[in-house]
Amino acid sequence: MSILVNKNTKVIVQGITGRSGRFHTEQCAAYGTQIVAGAVPGRGGSDVNGIPVYDTVADGVAATGADTSLVFVPARFNAADSIMEAAEAGVELIVCISEHIPVLDMVKAKAFLQGKSTRLIGPNCPGVITPGECKIGVMPEFAYTPGNVGIVSRSGTLTYEAAYQLKRLGIGQSTCVGIGGDPVIGTNFVDVLELFEADDDTHAVVLIGEIGGTAEEKAAQFVKHEMTKPVVGFIAGQTAPPGKRMGHAGAIISGGQGTAADKIRALNDAGIAVAGSLATIGETVSEVLT
Amino acid sequence: MNIHEYQAREILESYGVRTLPGKVAETPEEAETIAQELNCPTYVIKAQIHAGGRGKGGGVKLANSPIEVKQHADAILGMQLVTPQTGPEGKLVRKVLIAEAAEIEKEFYLAILLDREISRLTLIGSEEGGINIEEVAAKTPEKIIRAQVHPAFGLTEFQAREFAYKLITDTYYRSVIPNATQLILSLYNAFTECDCSLVEINPLAIVKTDDELDIVALDSKVNLDDNSLWRHSDIADMRDPHEEDPSELEASESDLSYIRLDGDIGCMVNGAGLAMATMDIIKQNGGEPANFLDVGGGASVEAVAHAFRLILADENVKTVLVNIFGGIMKCDTIANGIVEAAKQVELNVPLVVRLEGTNVELGKQIIAESDLDVQQAEGLSEAAQLAVEAANPA
Repeated sequence: MSILVNKNTKVIVQGITGRSGRFHTEQCAAYGTQIVAGAVPGRGGSDVNGIPVYDTVADGVAATGADTSLVFVPARFNAADSIMEAAEAGVELIVCISEHIPVLDMVKAKAFLQGKSTRLIGPNCPGVITPGECKIGVMPEFAYTPGNVGIVSRSGTLTYEAAYQLKRLGIGQSTCVGIGGDPVIGTNFVDVLELFEADDDTHAVVLIGEIGGTAEEKAAQFVKHEMTKPVVGFIAGQTAPPGKRMGHAGAIISGGQGTAADKIRALNDAGIAVAGSLATIGETVSEVLT
Repeated sequence: MNIHEYQAREILESYGVRTLPGKVAETPEEAETIAQELNCPTYVIKAQIHAGGRGKGGGVKLANSPIEVKQHADAILGMQLVTPQTGPEGKLVRKVLIAEAAEIEKEFYLAILLDREISRLTLIGSEEGGINIEEVAAKTPEKIIRAQVHPAFGLTEFQAREFAYKLITDTYYRSVIPNATQLILSLYNAFTECDCSLVEINPLAIVKTDDELDIVALDSKVNLDDNSLWRHSDIADMRDPHEEDPSELEASESDLSYIRLDGDIGCMVNGAGLAMATMDIIKQNGGEPANFLDVGGGASVEAVAHAFRLILADENVKTVLVNIFGGIMKCDTIANGIVEAAKQVELNVPLVVRLEGTNVELGKQIIAESDLDVQQAEGLSEAAQLAVEAANPA
């Protein structure tokens, strides 16, 4: 078991003919992910390394039975519209890697998803991996190994870092989910925590947050009241100055809100073991598991 | 992106938001001419810098004649204005806004922003105008009025009207409700059509002119969504390079994310989260980061070299820590970038490199075989320690 994706997941890649779409599709396929189709307007009928390309997601889904879409469409080619297209085509899961999507476009796309059963991960995220079974995203697979710890994070590279620390300690992962660094994202910490709590193969969870917004505080409340599994936390941005966007559009302390100190306090109050430093995430998980 | 008050005014006016007549001046003489044209009993002279609290620092003055306007403009232009938001060094004032000052009956606060919890635009209003909204929200949240907007339908007229009624409760002011409703709708249109990330009117004021009550925006602030500037070239042109750190500006032009800080350990990291966490671990090891720098996903050798030059341009930098976990960006690309940059820049500070990820061995080999003065670290703690030691030689 795992959450969101597994060896049976069938993926259609939107933007498969672009430079990064093509590269990462190859990597995902080499990992064992079932990439069954690509979708690029005007390229229907062609193929990318043997993967058939369709003009629309709907065509691709109808022809191949794809249940998950991986989006590489650049923001300027209306990535938010690609999300809506995938949802309308009826896929269960959309993983959107694209970064720099205008906020108002995402507000619209998120409203479009409301009432539909499609779940969106991202945008501006590394994707989802169930080690040993399925990789849908851009993460370096060597960092992961199958096991029983779930990871959910707003940051891509911090997820790789955490997973690799665990791997070196002999601790594998059930599924790792990068939820993305934008202010408007499809799936939040609480949604993923809920899935991990219900997953028999996940025995503990690592939650990696950063400054800005209140998602970590919400997650802390959920952990305190709804979760039985141990959770380890880490928050990036203790030295971030207020009012500055730290790379991620969502990582900003505004009006004194969204500081790392507030978030660490909220996690501690919920009984979550917070790793004091980036270098000790793995050790902290190890302590919690024994 | 931030813009000046006078630019925010221009944008909002073009969508029909009512303001009092005014214009921007760069010299005292211009200020006087504008005042003569406005020809009103009282004027307000406001320093144009990207920071709030301008009145507290002496950047906002009232005047009763064009001559007096000129005198105040002369004093304000060229001053290093210090406000609670500028830091102790203040900001140089290059422009002043000269506007008609009206008899204010009542002030309100009005803003549109993204509510991240619900992923919707939200109107925020308060009868406590001209104040610090965060303070009101913290101390008396019941005084804050909110309305959510469904993105498919936009702000509807009835919503705007309801909001106006909730904001303006005193029946004495009821005559301005239609104008207030229109102003709120105009503000929303400006927000969505220009891809703003914040519009704020503080204060929104009921003023009396010729015994008629009206509602106008007396001060406005507009922030733009950086991700949308490509589709608003007219607004992108409003960027005032004087208001931004030159290095940060240069970085944004080459799609790098750089923020200058006060410390002496330069950082080059891939990924925003890892970049922040790297700053944190430097601090935990007793050092001070000189910057935040995310070289991003698909950065080329040129971009990495560019990033390197940005870091080294900061005179405070005593050492540079490169921390790369290769995913999208491969370690050999980074390694080549470092070597390439070292060729182009006079590398006069010690370098600490920690590489991990795709093609890591190849990356390490490229670094090791170069002639750089470099220490390669195995882990994060070691990297931070080495950098702190390099910045503080015994």
